[in-house]
Amino acid sequence: MYLTDEQQAILNGSKGETHAKVMKTLVMYGETFGADKLVPVTSKYNHLVTSFGLKMMKPVFDLMQQLIDAGAVSAQQFSVDPRPVDKNVPANFLQNFIFNKIMYTSQESYENQLKELGLMNEDAFTCACYLDQVGNKPEKGEILSWAESSAVVYANSVLGARCNRNSGIMDIMGSIAGFVPNFGLLTDEGRKATWIVKIETTKKPEAQLLGSAIGMKVMEDVPYITGLDKWIGRELNEQACTYLKDFGAATASNGAVGLYHVENLTPEAAEQGAGLIAEGAKVYVIDDAELQRVQDEYPVMWKNTDAKPKLCFIGCPHMSLQQLKDWTERVEAGLKESGKKKVCIPTVFTTAPAVRKEFETTEYAARLKKAGVVLSCICPLMYMNNPLCKAMPVITSSNKLRTYTTARYYTEAEILEKITKGA
Amino acid sequence: MKEFKGRIVAPGTVTAKAVVSRGGLNTLASFQGALQFGDKTATCGDQNNPDLYNKPMAGMALCLPQTIGSTTGGLVLYAACAMERQPACMLFSKPIDSLAAAGSILASVWLPEVKMPVIDSLGDEFLEYVKDGMTVTIQEDGTVCVDAD
Repeated sequence: MYLTDEQQAILNGSKGETHAKVMKTLVMYGETFGADKLVPVTSKYNHLVTSFGLKMMKPVFDLMQQLIDAGAVSAQQFSVDPRPVDKNVPANFLQNFIFNKIMYTSQESYENQLKELGLMNEDAFTCACYLDQVGNKPEKGEILSWAESSAVVYANSVLGARCNRNSGIMDIMGSIAGFVPNFGLLTDEGRKATWIVKIETTKKPEAQLLGSAIGMKVMEDVPYITGLDKWIGRELNEQACTYLKDFGAATASNGAVGLYHVENLTPEAAEQGAGLIAEGAKVYVIDDAELQRVQDEYPVMWKNTDAKPKLCFIGCPHMSLQQLKDWTERVEAGLKESGKKKVCIPTVFTTAPAVRKEFETTEYAARLKKAGVVLSCICPLMYMNNPLCKAMPVITSSNKLRTYTTARYYTEAEILEKITKGA
Repeated sequence: MKEFKGRIVAPGTVTAKAVVSRGGLNTLASFQGALQFGDKTATCGDQNNPDLYNKPMAGMALCLPQTIGSTTGGLVLYAACAMERQPACMLFSKPIDSLAAAGSILASVWLPEVKMPVIDSLGDEFLEYVKDGMTVTIQEDGTVCVDAD
């Protein structure tokens, strides 16, 4: 891999041992994937995946401290994934004890590390950093050093930025050096589609179910999706972006998709059309039966599969402002139909702190509260990442949350039915 | 015994018993419970992986096509190495993915005392041949020998 004189000097130790190790890490990363050179990171902000002060992550915090002590801090400010706990989210005494006294004992010290490393602000804890209210929305063509699978796939696919599926820690290495290796999704060749996915459903496919099906089929490849514009339109408006946010998160967590193209919709597909499809691309047809097959094959991890749900999470990835408004109306309508005043399963909507602030200035906030829904900014995945939640029947419309926890997946319509009618 | 040639991602020699994932290994889902709650055998916690679920991974020759899922994957692998709960080696039938590569590279640069040889691009035939419990040896030149006995 070609290095400039400056990059070679850093690798040789001109800025000290820690900077040399950062450079060595990036060079090895690039050489593993045949990168020809390091290219400058051009986005204004970075995004890190590691937001949680889990005790088990001590080796990571030790490494972060090495970076801080050596002055190897981020050249960019960054947003970071959501915090793991919130006192407003229902939890019993034992859960609170485990969260605060066993699992997340490093939260405060880790957040102090993040501030030293370049955290944007106190509200920068969200997986959906690209939402307008958060302010970390890269431009088309910008080079990123992000991690967080759902954010990376959104930035690549919907915004047209260029970012590999970087791991946590690797994300900040690129930001410290100011360079990332040029390979994979940073290159035109790496952005070509090796799968054609034909959507042939008779109704609008559920975003998180469609994403799951595609992710499990194509794994880390790039799909070119046809027939979806019929259902979500040809304009990247708020509704389409929200759909793609949830769809992409499922492709990235149920598989390893870092970029998808939607015919007539996403920026590169709108510009280049079928020219994005690589020679010999495989074909995957998705119809109603295929989606049903995928949903039916999800394992149910509850001890008692007939248990009454004790908690419902919606918002993994974090909900957009429009989603919060739409869900408020849907919950109200559902409650009106069933003659109930409040949701019959404790329900938590999760969103970015900046989105919550704006939502709270609208009339919808009081209505959502009146319906009994808790609005939080936590990461539901981190909330459920403990043995007590294994025995807890949690339901969700998030296929990402289903993948990593014992939460049971239902479509949005099914979830609405359960929380407003107790079905 | 059968030999397979791949590419050395992290060098080293080792002999260990195989555990095999036919599908992608979701690193976070597989390791998070074990690392969090003191399971030294690193029992796989990924409910979506019927090949590995509830099987120990620490000290085993972990054979897989690639890793998938959350971008915490690399740092989870790094943490497993730092806590000495990593597989004895990782053997990929496909070219390594960016998350597993990150975990392997971070461990080799920042934890030089930890050894976890990694070989990729061993081919589909490797994953078709190797079964749980087979003895796997990585030789110095990166050759992977799989012994059915």
